Amino acid sequence: MAEEMLEVSVWRGAAEGRFVAYAVPRRANQTVLDLVSHIQQRLEPGLSYRFACRVGMCGSCAMTVNGKPRWTCRTHVARVAGADGRVEIAPLRNMPVIKDLACDLAPFFDKWSRARGRFAPTQTRTDDFAPVAPASIQRQAADAGIECIGCAVCYSACDVVAWNPDYLGPAALNRAWTLHNDARDGAHTARLAAVAGDAGCHACHSHQSCTEHCPKQISPTLSIAGLKRASALAALKGEI
Amino acid sequence: MTDRLGARLWLAQRASAAMLALCVAVHLATMIYAVQGGLSAAEILGRTRGSITWLAFYGLFVLAVAVHAPIGLRAILREMTAWRGRSLDLAAFGFGLALIWLGLRAVVGLFR
Ligand code: SF4
Ligand code: SF4
Ligand code: FES
Repeated sequence: MAEEMLEVSVWRGAAEGRFVAYAVPRRANQTVLDLVSHIQQRLEPGLSYRFACRVGMCGSCAMTVNGKPRWTCRTHVARVAGADGRVEIAPLRNMPVIKDLACDLAPFFDKWSRARGRFAPTQTRTDDFAPVAPASIQRQAADAGIECIGCAVCYSACDVVAWNPDYLGPAALNRAWTLHNDARDGAHTARLAAVAGDAGCHACHSHQSCTEHCPKQISPTLSIAGLKRASALAALKGEI
Repeated sequence: MTDRLGARLWLAQRASAAMLALCVAVHLATMIYAVQGGLSAAEILGRTRGSITWLAFYGLFVLAVAVHAPIGLRAILREMTAWRGRSLDLAAFGFGLALIWLGLRAVVGLFR
């Protein structure tokens, strides 16, 4: 029997570019990243893309697959290829494309730092462990968002980022929310000040595109709703 | 930089939305009731004229609209156009004032 082939269109170029179609043999349990690797290894050595772990941990392999942002190492071809055997692979949206499938993630991570996504320690190594009750509301809120792998899938899915390039975006805000719920962190008020307003959580439309696409089943929308309440209250009290 | 204004506008918009939910419900229920009862415009005016309750209710309605609409308009314009900054804030504020002026004129018309 003849090998079943897939028609894989891949973006070549940067902001300006075009889709180039490659024929890739279909295999059992093949992932979208397998398709890209096949093309790079056998057909087009100059193709640029990123990956590292191949098991959904590092967050570096995200691309736009048939119009939707996805982690490609854990997306099976069977889930995205139609009966016609076509797959279209493009770089993520909302970030400058460096080349082919590789985006410049600097603006994405700059926003994490603008949202004060860094832990602000309050204790030293000589202090005892901070007691954090696993059942406390804060701990559970932090748990809900903590597994983020920084893949930028949500950021790519968010229309508000496309409309307002200053918007901090779902991942940075989700990170801020987990820290806001960390009892050991000492920058809660400063962080609320950093995430409030028109470029921050209050610009979110709550339309949940981020939540729909997050491969880790995190709901940045929920985290942002928490930040909206907390920072609006802080603004009302004059704290920020 | 703290965006205190953005945070407070958001709060004001939520609060006015809550108020509007109530006002719109009462307004619609009253309209349906009035239409089914076959009230004429003159009869309706007969009920609203001199009524402090209706004056207060529709006055509140207008104020809630005047808070809610300009904030939403400002957000839409920020997203869909390149208009930002003080001039946009002032334009939205002016739009709110216009809504108050037009709305309260209509409300007073029902009262007098
Ligand atoms: S819910 Fe908010 S952060 Fe998520 S995609 Fe929509 S606007 Fe963006
Ligand atoms: S929230 Fe989800 S989609 Fe967004 S960066 Fe983290 S893991 Fe990726
Ligand atoms: S390669 Fe690491 S998450 Fe896909």
